[in-house]
Amino acid sequence: MTSDTAAANGQLSWLHLAFIALGGVVLLLIVAPLLGIYLKSTFGDIVATARDAAVRESIWLTLWVSMVATLVVAVACIPFAYILARKDFPLKGLVSGIVDLPVIVPHSVAGIAILGVVARGSLLGSAAESMGFEIVGTPVGIGVAMAFVSVPFLINSARDGFAAVPDRLEKAALGLGASPLRMFFTVSVPLAWRAIVSGLVLMWGRGMSEFGAVMIIAYHPMTTPILIYERFSAFGLKYSRPISALFMLVCLVIFIALRILAQRRGNADR
Amino acid sequence: MLTVEKLSKRLGPFTIRDVSFEVNEGEYFVLLGASGVGKTVLLEMIAGLMRPDSGHVFLDDREITKERMQKRRIGLVYQDQALFPHMSVSKNIAYGLRCQGLKRSQIRARVLELAKSVGAEELLNRNPETLSGGEAQRVALARTLATEPRCLLLDEPIASLDPASRWEVRTLLRDLNRRGQTILHVTHDYEEAISLASQIAVMENGTIVQIGNPETIFQKPTSEFVASFVGIKNFFRGTLERHERNGQLSEFIGPNGIRFSVLTESDPGPGCLIVRSQDIAISNERPRTSARNVFTGTVLDMIPAKLGVEVSVQMAVKVSALLTRDSVESLNLKLGKTIWVYFKASAARFVKG
Repeated sequence: MTSDTAAANGQLSWLHLAFIALGGVVLLLIVAPLLGIYLKSTFGDIVATARDAAVRESIWLTLWVSMVATLVVAVACIPFAYILARKDFPLKGLVSGIVDLPVIVPHSVAGIAILGVVARGSLLGSAAESMGFEIVGTPVGIGVAMAFVSVPFLINSARDGFAAVPDRLEKAALGLGASPLRMFFTVSVPLAWRAIVSGLVLMWGRGMSEFGAVMIIAYHPMTTPILIYERFSAFGLKYSRPISALFMLVCLVIFIALRILAQRRGNADR
Repeated sequence: MLTVEKLSKRLGPFTIRDVSFEVNEGEYFVLLGASGVGKTVLLEMIAGLMRPDSGHVFLDDREITKERMQKRRIGLVYQDQALFPHMSVSKNIAYGLRCQGLKRSQIRARVLELAKSVGAEELLNRNPETLSGGEAQRVALARTLATEPRCLLLDEPIASLDPASRWEVRTLLRDLNRRGQTILHVTHDYEEAISLASQIAVMENGTIVQIGNPETIFQKPTSEFVASFVGIKNFFRGTLERHERNGQLSEFIGPNGIRFSVLTESDPGPGCLIVRSQDIAISNERPRTSARNVFTGTVLDMIPAKLGVEVSVQMAVKVSALLTRDSVESLNLKLGKTIWVYFKASAARFVKG
């Protein structure tokens, strides 16, 4: 190694150290408050909270509603993501922008907007009513709000996944006599599978954590983020912290389990 | 059997213009052209992956230009094989059979049979990512043959392989063709074309400039492009003049005023003279020969070639002669040595234009 490159490497390692330090600050920003929740709640508090029926119900409600919302929406989102990845069409940029819109719109605004179309007397509201169910103040409404705010995560992730599948493989499948539908399910989806699962997990997680939009559509039945807010505003920090700790624990366990499963599935396919 | 009629397509950098040719049953047809002339686009149009702007494709006298690719009975094998990375080798080979809705037991038997036919029976449980280039190409062939294509299209099937695999795949392809498989193979490698083709079409600038059997293409190239492309080194631009005394013997005036005798029926005028290196002989003394073209020159370079040694000689122009290693030794050729170069007037080929 010449002294020049040694000097350059020396400079580079300093630069790397500086970048790593900055990264550390960011990580601390994320981890410290979350860790604080655990440090400030005792094990006894968390166990007592887990015994609280209202808490358990709200966690269960949050988990299943966000999961159903994710799966239902996925049926339409995954093929849509495929089109976005593979086809060029007029106003594609605009369509992609619309997909990202829920990320930018303040979630209370999202809630009010959704309420406009699902409230009694509105278009969807009346349609639902005529079929004998209500949207506002029910798990259906919660699911709609969750889906609205979290759908970009799934579409964008699945789209990137499909875009990374070499189109030669799809052409090869068609050339071997596969119908386009068969090609989609046997080649495109399996090869984009990890990205799709990652999108599903992100969408589910984002849906579960939604507060603003859900609160406007359905304060009751209470999802966990709303219950935490209510405990906080009625009883203070001390009473909202153990629920937060418990909820985060549940989410973490599920996410890690899903990631591992998705990894295994991806490997088994190969 | 496969007829391509005036196929044209504009696609980004590729333009294909009025491409027409016919591949007969059982033939090994090679489309030879430099990289980037749109050979892959042409194959994709024949396979049905892409629509031509104009022109027609017929298979067994039936027009298939707009036929869905699943129904065409044409199999395309890509240069990079395009094996499905998420499926084992046996699942890859079974893919087309599954699309046909065969029974599981039938599929298993057929996969084994296909794997045997390409020498891939040991590979069935492997993942495509672990295969060598030659192995992957054999698997890709088996996968496409499973659909029993009337015509097999191959896109540079040998180019990306290491030398050992090249030989192996070439042998397999020749064997498949002998068993009756009609093959249309595109390549930029003229040696590949010579070794496999029963018929060759040469492509230049998106169109076909010559079609014929290998002997015709390599010994009687109709254009400078074909001649240079097929690896002929001796080309001289100049003018043909009619020789006064003999109707057929003409004189070609090349660069630096060099004069060659040429046997040709062509009319006088500007053009290009081609002499194949293997038709040029070298001797240490003035040769006693009936050859019309005898010159003296100095040895400029000696490069070992696949067959023999290529000797460059500087005279009024530079010429290249292909000699056996024994000849080079017995002539005691060395760089800078003065020698005699000669070839017959009938060995020189004049291409007008």
